[in-house]
Amino acid sequence: MADRDSFAYLDYNATTPPLPEVTAAVAAGFDIYGNPSSVHAAGRRARAAVEQARDAVAAMVGVTPAQVVFTSGGTESNALALKGIASASVFASAVEHPSVLAHVATENLIPVDSAGIIDLVALDARLSKAPSPALVAVMLANNETGALQPIARVVEIARKYGARVHCDAVQAPGKMAVDMGALDVDSLSLSAHKLGGLKGAGALVLRSGLEITALQVGGGQERRRRAGTENVLGIVAFGAAAAQTARLHGAMATVRRLRDDLEIAIVRVAPHARIFSQGVERLANTICVGLPGLSSDIQLMRLDLAGVAVSAGSACSSGKVTPSHVLLAMGVPESEAKCAIRVSLGWDTTVAETAQFLDVWRGLASSAAA
Amino acid sequence: MDLQKPREKARVVVAMSGGVDSSVTAALLKREGYDVIGLTMQLYDHGAATAKAKACCAGQDIYDARRVAERLAIPHYVMDYETTFKNDVIDRFADSYVRGETPVPCVLCNQTVKFRDLFKAAKDLGADALATGHYAQRLPGSQLHRAVEIARDQSYFLYATTREQLAFIRFPLGGLTKAQTRALATEFELHVADKPDSQDICFVPTGDYAAIVKKLRPEAARGGDIVHIDGRVVGKHEGVVHFTVGQRRGLGVGGEAEPLFVVSVDPDNARIVVGPKAALLRDSFALHSVNWLGEGTLPIDGVQVNVKLRNTHTPVVATVFGGDTAAAAHVVLNSPEAAVSPGQACVFYDGDRVLGGGWIARAPAGYALPHNLRGPRTAAISTGI
Repeated sequence: MADRDSFAYLDYNATTPPLPEVTAAVAAGFDIYGNPSSVHAAGRRARAAVEQARDAVAAMVGVTPAQVVFTSGGTESNALALKGIASASVFASAVEHPSVLAHVATENLIPVDSAGIIDLVALDARLSKAPSPALVAVMLANNETGALQPIARVVEIARKYGARVHCDAVQAPGKMAVDMGALDVDSLSLSAHKLGGLKGAGALVLRSGLEITALQVGGGQERRRRAGTENVLGIVAFGAAAAQTARLHGAMATVRRLRDDLEIAIVRVAPHARIFSQGVERLANTICVGLPGLSSDIQLMRLDLAGVAVSAGSACSSGKVTPSHVLLAMGVPESEAKCAIRVSLGWDTTVAETAQFLDVWRGLASSAAA
Repeated sequence: MDLQKPREKARVVVAMSGGVDSSVTAALLKREGYDVIGLTMQLYDHGAATAKAKACCAGQDIYDARRVAERLAIPHYVMDYETTFKNDVIDRFADSYVRGETPVPCVLCNQTVKFRDLFKAAKDLGADALATGHYAQRLPGSQLHRAVEIARDQSYFLYATTREQLAFIRFPLGGLTKAQTRALATEFELHVADKPDSQDICFVPTGDYAAIVKKLRPEAARGGDIVHIDGRVVGKHEGVVHFTVGQRRGLGVGGEAEPLFVVSVDPDNARIVVGPKAALLRDSFALHSVNWLGEGTLPIDGVQVNVKLRNTHTPVVATVFGGDTAAAAHVVLNSPEAAVSPGQACVFYDGDRVLGGGWIARAPAGYALPHNLRGPRTAAISTGI
C-alpha cells in the first residue's frame, strides 16, 4: 500500500490515507502524553491539544466547540445518538450504514427509490402515526452509491411531528462542505479517518442545548456525555485533518472530472455495466457499478491481485462479500447486486490510478460477457 | 504438480479451511514457488446453521486461515457460500435423514460447494489448479488414488469428483502421512501446527444431528412404534431421526432373547423395525448418481472391484453392473455385509485406485420383509473433513 506507484488505492469511502498535515501533527503529538483530566502541566497540555482539535472540528461543520462530543468513530457516534437522545420511536432510511440499522426495527425502515433517495411521502406517513417524540436517522451521503439525501426536506417533515433528526454525515466532510446549522439536524456523526485523519476518532455533534444520556459512564469527560480518557493522538489528528477540509473540497472539482471520465470509460468497455444513483446528486468521488455476469467477490479479488483496491457491499469482519443492502433496498435484483463494486476516488487520486483500474476492468468485462 | 508451465507462472488456488492440512498445503506450494492464492469458504454461522438469522461473523477457522496466509505472505480471500451450503449440503442432509437414510454430507460438500463453486472461483481467478488438503492422490492421467497413509485416506469422500474436475484439482498431501504434515506445519512455524483435527460434521459442532434435523424438518421428530421383525410392537420411540440402521443402543427395549439392532427405518409410518444381527445382512443393492472413473463406461455385464460401504469400512470384493443409464448401477457383494446403508456412498476401488462410486439406494417401495434383503444403515456417520 505504501507504494502508490504500483498500487491504485480507490477505496476512499472505506478509509483514506492520512494527510501530510495529519502525519506531522501526530509526530508532534507523541510528546503530548498527559491525561487531559490531570491538573498538572502535562495534563493541561493534553487538554489544550484536545480543545484545539475540538475548535477545528467545530469550525469544520459550523458549530460551537461545546456541541462536539469526541467518540471512537462513526459507529459509536451513531450509537450514542440513537441510544442517547430520548425518543419514543426510532426510524431510519433503508440505506443507512449498518451501525445505524442495528438500532432500528425492520418495520421502522423508510423505503428509498431506485436511486436510493428516501421516500418522503412514506416518511411523512410513518411519522404521522409514530409514538412521539420520534427520532429519524437519515444519512447525508451514502457510503456505497454516494447519493445525497434531501436532509432539509426530512427535517421539515420531522418538525411537523415534533421528531428529532440524526444525520450520519461520516462520508461527507473531505468530499463536500457540511454546515450543521444549514442542515438544521439535531445530531451529526463524523469520523476522522474518512477525511485524512486516523482510525479510532470521531465525533457526535449535537444541537446546542440538546441533552443526551451517555452510553459510556464512569468519568466526566466530554461534559459527561462520553466517559473515558480521550484518544488524544486520534483527536489531534482529527483536528489537523478537519483544518484541511477546505483544501480537500477544493480538489473535488478535479476528482469529479476524473470520476466522470472513469464512468464513461467503464461503460464504454462494458456496455452492460450499470452505474447506480448516477442520475441524482451524489458525492463527486464515488462510483457504484454493477457488472452482471461476474460476482463482486471475484471482481474484487482480481482487482486486488492486480494492485487495485476497491470494495463491494458491506465490509464484514470475516472479509466475505455479501450483496449490498443498499442496492437491494433500491430494488436492484439480488443477482445484479451480487455483481456490484464500489470505486471511490480521493483528493490525490491520479489518472494513472484510474487507468490501472480500467486495465483490469477490461479483463473483468470480457469475463463477465463470456 | 503436473502443470504445463513453470512454477512461478502457475497460479494455484488453495482451499484453506484454517486447519493444519490445508495450511500446510498452501505452505508447501508457496515454498515450491507457485503463485499461491488462499480462498476460505464461509459455509455456515457456527451454531446457527439452521435457525438464527445470518450474522456477519467469522469463525475461528477463518481467522486461522487468514493468519496462516499472512504468515505465508499470500493473498487470501473469504467467499460467502452460506446460501449454497445451506441448500446443497445442510438441507439435503436433513432430507436424507427424513427419508430414513444415513447421509454423507462431506461428499455433497465436495460435489457442490468445493468442486463446483470454489472450482469456478479458481477458474475465474485465472488459476491453473485448485489444491486442497485432502488425503488422496491424484496421479498422472487424472487418476484418483488412496492416500499413502490408509488410515487418513479421504478418497471415499472424493469418489464423485469428475474427470474434468480431477484435471484441475491437486491433492499435495496425498503422499504424506498426517505426522509428516504436522511436522511440516511446525517447520513452517504455522500457529495451527497443533490444532486438533476436526471431528464430526462441521455444521453440527455438538454432534447432535437429531437437534439440527428436527429444527429443519420437524416431521422427523414424530413419535411411533418400535416393531420387531416378527411383527410384535416392542416399544415406542420419539422420532425416526434418533435412529440409524445397525444401531443397537438407545432402543429402550428389554427382555429379548438376543440383542436387537435397528434393521430399518420407515419414516412414512414413523416406525422403527428391529431384529437380531443376522437381519442386517445384505448382499446386493442398487446405486444411483454413479460416477465412473475407470476406463470407458461401467460394463453392463459387471466388473469385479473392491467396495467401501462407509468411510471406515475395510473394502470387500463385489461385482458392479452398469445400469440402464450411466448414473445407475447394481452391486453384488461376494459375501453379505451388515453395513449396507441407504444414503451412504459405495465407492469402488481397484487396489489403491478409485474407480468411482454411487449413493446406496433405498430398497424399492413395498420391499417388505424378509428382512435379510432390507436396506440397513450403519450407526455411524462418516465425515471427511
